[in-house]
Amino acid sequence: MLEWCKLLRGKRQREHDRTLSINIAGMELRNPTMLASGFLGISQAIFNRLYNADVGAIVSKSISCEPMEGYRNPTAVCLEGGSYLNAVGLANPGADAFSSEIASNPYVPIIVSLVGSSHDDFPKIINKFDDLNILGYEINLSCPHVAKMGMEVGDDPDMVTKVVKTVKSHTLKPVVVKVGIGNVDILDIARAANDAGANAITAINTIRAMTIDIESGIPVLSNKIGGLSGKSVKPIAIRCVYEISKNVSVPVIGCGGIFSWEDAVEFMLAGASAIQLGSVIGYEGFGAFQKICLGLKRYLERKGMKNLTELVGLAHKY
Amino acid sequence: MPININIIRSVFIERVLNETASVKTILFKDRVSSKADPGQFLMVWIPGVEELPMSVMVADEEDSAAITIRRKGIGSTALFNKRIGEMLGIRGPYGNKFKIAPNARTVLLVGGGTGLVPLIRLAAKLNEMRICCTLIIGASSKREVFFENTADAVLSDTKHKIIVSTENGDYGIKGNATDAMAQVLKEETFDSVYTCGPELMMKKVLDIASAYSLPIQASLERHMKCGIGICASCCIEDKLVCKDGTVFCEKQLSKLNEFGMFYRDKTGRKIVY
Ligand SMILES: Cc1cc2nc3c(=O)[nH]c(=O)nc-3n(C[C@H](O)[C@H](O)[C@H](O)COP(=O)(O)OP(=O)(O)OC[C@H]3O[C@@H](n4cnc5c(N)ncnc54)[C@H](O)[C@@H]3O)c2cc1C
Ligand SMILES: Cc1cc2nc3c(=O)[nH]c(=O)nc-3n(C[C@H](O)[C@H](O)[C@H](O)COP(=O)(O)O)c2cc1C
Ligand code: FES
Repeated sequence: MLEWCKLLRGKRQREHDRTLSINIAGMELRNPTMLASGFLGISQAIFNRLYNADVGAIVSKSISCEPMEGYRNPTAVCLEGGSYLNAVGLANPGADAFSSEIASNPYVPIIVSLVGSSHDDFPKIINKFDDLNILGYEINLSCPHVAKMGMEVGDDPDMVTKVVKTVKSHTLKPVVVKVGIGNVDILDIARAANDAGANAITAINTIRAMTIDIESGIPVLSNKIGGLSGKSVKPIAIRCVYEISKNVSVPVIGCGGIFSWEDAVEFMLAGASAIQLGSVIGYEGFGAFQKICLGLKRYLERKGMKNLTELVGLAHKY
Repeated sequence: MPININIIRSVFIERVLNETASVKTILFKDRVSSKADPGQFLMVWIPGVEELPMSVMVADEEDSAAITIRRKGIGSTALFNKRIGEMLGIRGPYGNKFKIAPNARTVLLVGGGTGLVPLIRLAAKLNEMRICCTLIIGASSKREVFFENTADAVLSDTKHKIIVSTENGDYGIKGNATDAMAQVLKEETFDSVYTCGPELMMKKVLDIASAYSLPIQASLERHMKCGIGICASCCIEDKLVCKDGTVFCEKQLSKLNEFGMFYRDKTGRKIVY
């Protein structure tokens, strides 16, 4: 009860300000900052706390049909300069447990991230969530470190088409497709997703990478190879958002190394309609969303813009 | 340049102390950990095997720290088997700390198993502050008792009492740590209670302390991956144990319905205790 009252109060306090509100792929968000998949994403109580910390929307941890244990630790390694390397191995509680977890979600805007090893996994997962209070789905076609899942699907445009069409035919809710840097040009994958009916594209996921301990000579991640995130991937993510948003009709959600409102602005200029925050949480905690929103608002005011949409893709004209 | 505690640093084992047949203390040089607050933990990388959260133990040399390991599964067994000269990777210390009220004069510490580790570090601090301290050490049997002498040495400058309880009664008071606690509280009063150990024990310690209206702090364990507040594998309700904890006070604990009820396994599913 107390939890509900607190949530309500938080909601009322924040409802009046519309400068940052957006509509993306039919999803009404009070601001463009989303939590990136894999960060803090398994518990309703944490989601409620994020909501009170001004998150625009939450993308859950990628959920598979069955629970997955993921890899042994180390699964996340901090690198110098605001970057991380991770190979969590898609650890997640599975569709059953996670759907019970969020079954009584009050009104936290949750997007469920889906991951599967074949296209017929997806309807089974959607079946568990479609009647719940969620905004939509994000298909993870870009996890770079788990065999037969994520990137292995995302590297094959025909598979992408098949998966997106399957998901679309099983839900009326918006479907976002998350793409990354694999062996196939990210633009081809984004186009395939767009053409198959995706409602938005998230770019990018982590990038295959590795680190080795020089004292022992042993790769640090238990899986040896993992995905790079944080500051070091930002320029690559900016390029991807720029190219994709120029070439597909659906909106793009920018992700990768966003640590400040300045980064957020840069992503929007490149063509992102919304942004996802991940690694920054290791530095700013739950306060990251509020801080970036405040910076964005001040920037808009300074530039004399009334709404965020005016900013999206401005760099395309140069 | 200040060091980034999140970057793994290599340390080399300088000494190993056998506490019981299945518990060892490993000492190494590391200035940052030597200054860790009581209750903080390290993420310890056993190269090529695992990375585990481990509470920071006291060490008797300057710029040194230690960890105390109970041999259990693959990770802790590999750590247990490490020898002098071998390398470990550590990052941290992480987490908040046990807070000591400025006016505290006598405190009660209740620990079980490796939960005693952060309490020994706390005891060292209490000793420095000359705060009187009663420590209850809970174990299943005499063979499993450790840190009795260590605690005595660590508390040598302050008035202290060490009470051992064993479940089979072959040493000290018969029963578990909470039985000993209930007994002690019939005769003495304290300014506050600190506890770390199995969660069901801590839950009982909370209940007993609450019955006496004693302030209490407990250090919780949850499955940890990142240790820095990004993955939420350590969550208990809306709290991240690695970042908001590991130490929580009675006010927080009373709001955490999952305390003593559920933990989350590696996949994130809730499991009943
Ligand atoms: C803050 C904190 C401080 C700790 N301090 C100590 C200490 O000082 N001494 C000590 O011996 N142990 C300590 N532990 C427990 C330790 O981290 C391991 O859980 C334990 O050593 C078993 O590991 P394993 O790999 O051998 O076990 P496994 O056989 O792999 O697993 C057995 C059980 O250990 C637990 N476990 C495994 N990995 C982790 C993990 N990454 N995080 C949390 N729990 C895990 C799970 O409950 C699991 O079911 C602490 C744990 C936490 C969270
Ligand atoms: C520990 C960790 C776990 C992640 N898990 C997932 C996941 O389950 N699904 C997914 O689509 N992306 C996952 N990602 C990728 C992030 O969502 C994001 O795309 C990436 O980290 C880049 O953004 P950042 O630089 O802001 O962190 C994970 C990243 C990290 C660091
Ligand atoms: S261990 Fe990752 S958030 Fe606590």
